[in-house]
Amino acid sequence: MRIELERVTHTFGEGSTARTVLRDLTLTLTERRIGVIGHNGSGKSTFLRLLNALVLPTSGRVRVDGLDTARDAKELRRRIGFLFTDPDAQIIMPTVAEDVAFGLRRSGLSRSEVDRRVRDLLVRFRLDGHADHPAHLLSGGQKQLLALASVLITEPLALVMDEPTTLLDLRNAAMIGRVVANLDETVLLATHHLELLEGFERVLVFHEGRVVADAAPEVAIAAYRDLMGREP
Amino acid sequence: MRTSSLGLFRPGDSPVHRMPAGWKLLILLVLGVASVLTQHWWGVSAALLVATIGSYRAAGFGVGVLWAQVRPLWFLLGFTAVVQVITVGWQRAVGVSGSIVVLVAVAALVTLTTPTSALVDTVVRLARPLAPLHVDPERLGLFLMVGVRCVPLVADLARQVREAQIARRATTSTRAFVVPLVVRSLREADALGEALVARGVDD
Ligand SMILES: Nc1ncnc2c1ncn2[C@@H]1O[C@H](COP(=O)(O)OP(=O)(O)O)[C@@H](O)[C@H]1O
Ligand SMILES: [Mg+2]
Repeated sequence: MRIELERVTHTFGEGSTARTVLRDLTLTLTERRIGVIGHNGSGKSTFLRLLNALVLPTSGRVRVDGLDTARDAKELRRRIGFLFTDPDAQIIMPTVAEDVAFGLRRSGLSRSEVDRRVRDLLVRFRLDGHADHPAHLLSGGQKQLLALASVLITEPLALVMDEPTTLLDLRNAAMIGRVVANLDETVLLATHHLELLEGFERVLVFHEGRVVADAAPEVAIAAYRDLMGREP
Repeated sequence: MRTSSLGLFRPGDSPVHRMPAGWKLLILLVLGVASVLTQHWWGVSAALLVATIGSYRAAGFGVGVLWAQVRPLWFLLGFTAVVQVITVGWQRAVGVSGSIVVLVAVAALVTLTTPTSALVDTVVRLARPLAPLHVDPERLGLFLMVGVRCVPLVADLARQVREAQIARRATTSTRAFVVPLVVRSLREADALGEALVARGVDD
């Protein structure tokens, strides 16, 4: 997958309340594992939302495999799945199996094919014992697994994950980290759990809407720590 | 148990579970229309109430489950019933309160015994003839589902806001309750909308 940002700037609001949160970003991303780190408010989420056309650039262009996010949002979202921080916000259907099946509502696949895919994913994430349980009664870690399964059911080529472990305890965060490490898909992951970035090919450090470091994990994390050291 | 499990589908194999979703919705619709009349006939209301309890039994649920569905309303119902007994007599009180309890309980019974996806599919099918009127059946079905989904969500938020107030020993003014509830509901609705879009529901 090839993601290209060309002089991208994003401003929320207008006039006196305008707030520029991404400033003149130019990047080409082709790696299979890309990390995004930075303080709260540095622009990580806005950057990730750009990739899935949930946010459009105020100026500049974002292209994914040649598709322009401003024009081809629908096709693009088929290729890139999005995992949010709060699994409660993205669980749509009441029961576990129904939520996973939701993404295939209009796929035209037969009922039995949908059921088979759902079952495979539930088994893969050890949720098969909960298929008919209310999704909201799962544990936090299981909910995030469910959210991931619900995204994977449509077979995206890449997954964008916005702090998927921030609301989880350390054990569940590590569990999600292992699941993510084993995915075949391309992953773009924003996180404060820096140990999740082990083995990543490239890590971007955001600061006040700019990428201030772009390197292998150890180098980028050192730059991030250095940034913290320089603040009061 | 958390409020979010209110009215949530419970798998089963009873006759009520097996009844087609379309029939259940039809019965609910008929009851809704008929309640305009039944509230004047306390005998009919009482009979429907007994039938409702019977239906819960038939679905394998006890009176406790029925009570859990109508409990959020008891304060309002109790209050109106008392006022009615004083002003228009007990017959009217039984008629009105009975009709409301029957409607709420039967609506809950439908969602308790029918998978949401089956309900949505049925609504989509029933709404198909409306397509020439520029009503998108898929959208309508989805709209209904998101509505159903939001009820427990907002109930949960209300509980959280209440708890936060108690923790801060805040006054129990209505505004101090409604404002954070609305703000948080809107934020949740925003997140849910974004999740729907991200999962391909934008066409
Ligand atoms: N919808 C929005 N409207 C206005 N400002 C926003 C909106 N979303 C984010 N922001 C602001 O943009 C800045 C960057 O936010 P975000 O991309 O969420 O950063 P991060 O994910 O790194 O915490 C923050 O200052 C935030 O307040
Ligand atoms: Mg963020």
